Amino acid sequence: MASNDTNLTTRPSVAVHAPGTTVSGADSANASVMQLRDVSVYYGSYEAVRGTTMPIQQNQVTAMIGPSGCGKSTVLRALNRMNDPIPGARVSGDVLFHGQDLYAKDVDPIQVRRRIGMVFQKPNPFPKSIYDNVAYGLRINGIKGRLDDHVEEALTKAALWDEVKDKLRKSALALSGGQQQRLCIARTIAVKPEVILMDEPCSALDPIATAKIEDLIFELTNDYTIVIVTHNMQQAARVSHYTAFFTAEVDEAQERHGRLVEFSQTGKLFTNPADKRTEDYITGRFG
Amino acid sequence: MTLTAPPAARPAAGGPDLTRAALSGRRRFTNHLATAAIWVAVLLAVIPLALVTYTVLAKGGGVMSLSFLNEDIPNSYRREGGGMGPAIVGTLLITGMAALMAIPLGVFGAIYLNEYGKQRPLARVIRLMSDVMTGVPSIVMGLFIYISWVLLVGEQTGFAGALALACLMLPVVIRSSEEMLRLVPDELRQASMALGARKWKTTLTVVLPAAISGITSGSLLAVARAAGETAPIIIVTGIVFSPNWNLFDGSNTALPAQIFRNASQPFPAAQDRAWGAALTLIVIVLGFTIIARFISSRFAIKER
Repeated sequence: MASNDTNLTTRPSVAVHAPGTTVSGADSANASVMQLRDVSVYYGSYEAVRGTTMPIQQNQVTAMIGPSGCGKSTVLRALNRMNDPIPGARVSGDVLFHGQDLYAKDVDPIQVRRRIGMVFQKPNPFPKSIYDNVAYGLRINGIKGRLDDHVEEALTKAALWDEVKDKLRKSALALSGGQQQRLCIARTIAVKPEVILMDEPCSALDPIATAKIEDLIFELTNDYTIVIVTHNMQQAARVSHYTAFFTAEVDEAQERHGRLVEFSQTGKLFTNPADKRTEDYITGRFG
Repeated sequence: MTLTAPPAARPAAGGPDLTRAALSGRRRFTNHLATAAIWVAVLLAVIPLALVTYTVLAKGGGVMSLSFLNEDIPNSYRREGGGMGPAIVGTLLITGMAALMAIPLGVFGAIYLNEYGKQRPLARVIRLMSDVMTGVPSIVMGLFIYISWVLLVGEQTGFAGALALACLMLPVVIRSSEEMLRLVPDELRQASMALGARKWKTTLTVVLPAAISGITSGSLLAVARAAGETAPIIIVTGIVFSPNWNLFDGSNTALPAQIFRNASQPFPAAQDRAWGAALTLIVIVLGFTIIARFISSRFAIKER
């Protein structure tokens, strides 16, 4: 389906993948970087999310919305194998990245996460200096060249450079919550991933810091593909091009499963939803 | 009538009375009682500490001098003068060697338990065993080393003492380090993982630095504790009266053993030496503690 130029197997592939590589995709206007095909995520015998099929379009923002416990974060974490260390966690179906199944046997999760980065709900800078936070990913990945330049570039892209350029050696923990979150974004983009997953990146931030991050997300689509999980429907409407609406449904055995209800362009999903459940949710009748 | 009345302690009519006098007598009494109880508890806790320090300083301070720290131990307990030089050398060498063996091993063990083993059966067994080992009396450890090492090599050595002390320190280092590693937030591990770091790299570059100050203080407390152990030293290192710098050849001695031997003599000269040795040991342990504080503050995560 897609030209397979990304090698994720354990064989070392040192070359940094340049963002913005065009991939001939199945979908019309934009190429899809990732494709979920009937993806279910299990914790032990419990099926947390059932049968998700959706694309992730290149250089676009895809939002995942839905009520609490609908499995949107679980799906997000399945996209770069962050669920791996959880005992009993298992994924069925195909998570394709440039047509390559991320859960194939010889795929190295380290290589996956190197190309599909993640920003977390709570800002989690390392207890190191601002500089070392950004340089960390570069160092562990053995990225050559002038570290200072890479750090400046990442901080500039994360719209943080002007605020921290005079205190790069100061502890990252001294920054405000919003600055810490932008630092975490800088840290993620420093290693030049193709896709950035964001798990409710603004839920711990005030409205002004949230606005800054949202502007940043928009800027980042020049170089990156973004998948964002959010509780906030307005946020999804503001920042995303595509929206996936998840909900939790109870099956015959009284077990709750997360389920993708509707995936479409954001404008369409919010103005003219195809599914009744989506409409109920976005109009505030439920959730 | 003035427009701005001066602020009054008494509230305007109908407002709440916020003064202390408004509290019920019973609540005021309970408050004073609790404060008094806390002060009494503090004083009671300080009394033994102060008395020990005072006694050791008063009795040991008299014999303390540069020559006491330097000179050999007299062969006869009856003889006056002499010093604790060999015991200081022995204490530093034996405890140092024990720390060198126990701390790396213990920290690696803790890393296994907290980062890799988690709740696996092997990890549970190790955790249980190290808890049991914490409770082994030091004299039992001394006898164990005597049987398994001293009888094997055929002589009492400083190294045998170091082995015994290392065995005593190991479980303490493992458990205290594990607790420190447990305090490192999982978010940091995930952040590192999401950047494409392998597990060992995350452990080495994120988890360990975040926990290092706690690990350092825990380990040095174990060292301080081991420096005061008496029984295993007496059993496995023997005794010398002039410094032995070689841990692997010949007997050795240490301050706690000398305190025990000299204090149990009827001769005033020996008892003075025991007090002096006690003071020296306390100062050495204090030195360890200060170093521990210094190291952990150097590594401590700076908030500002």
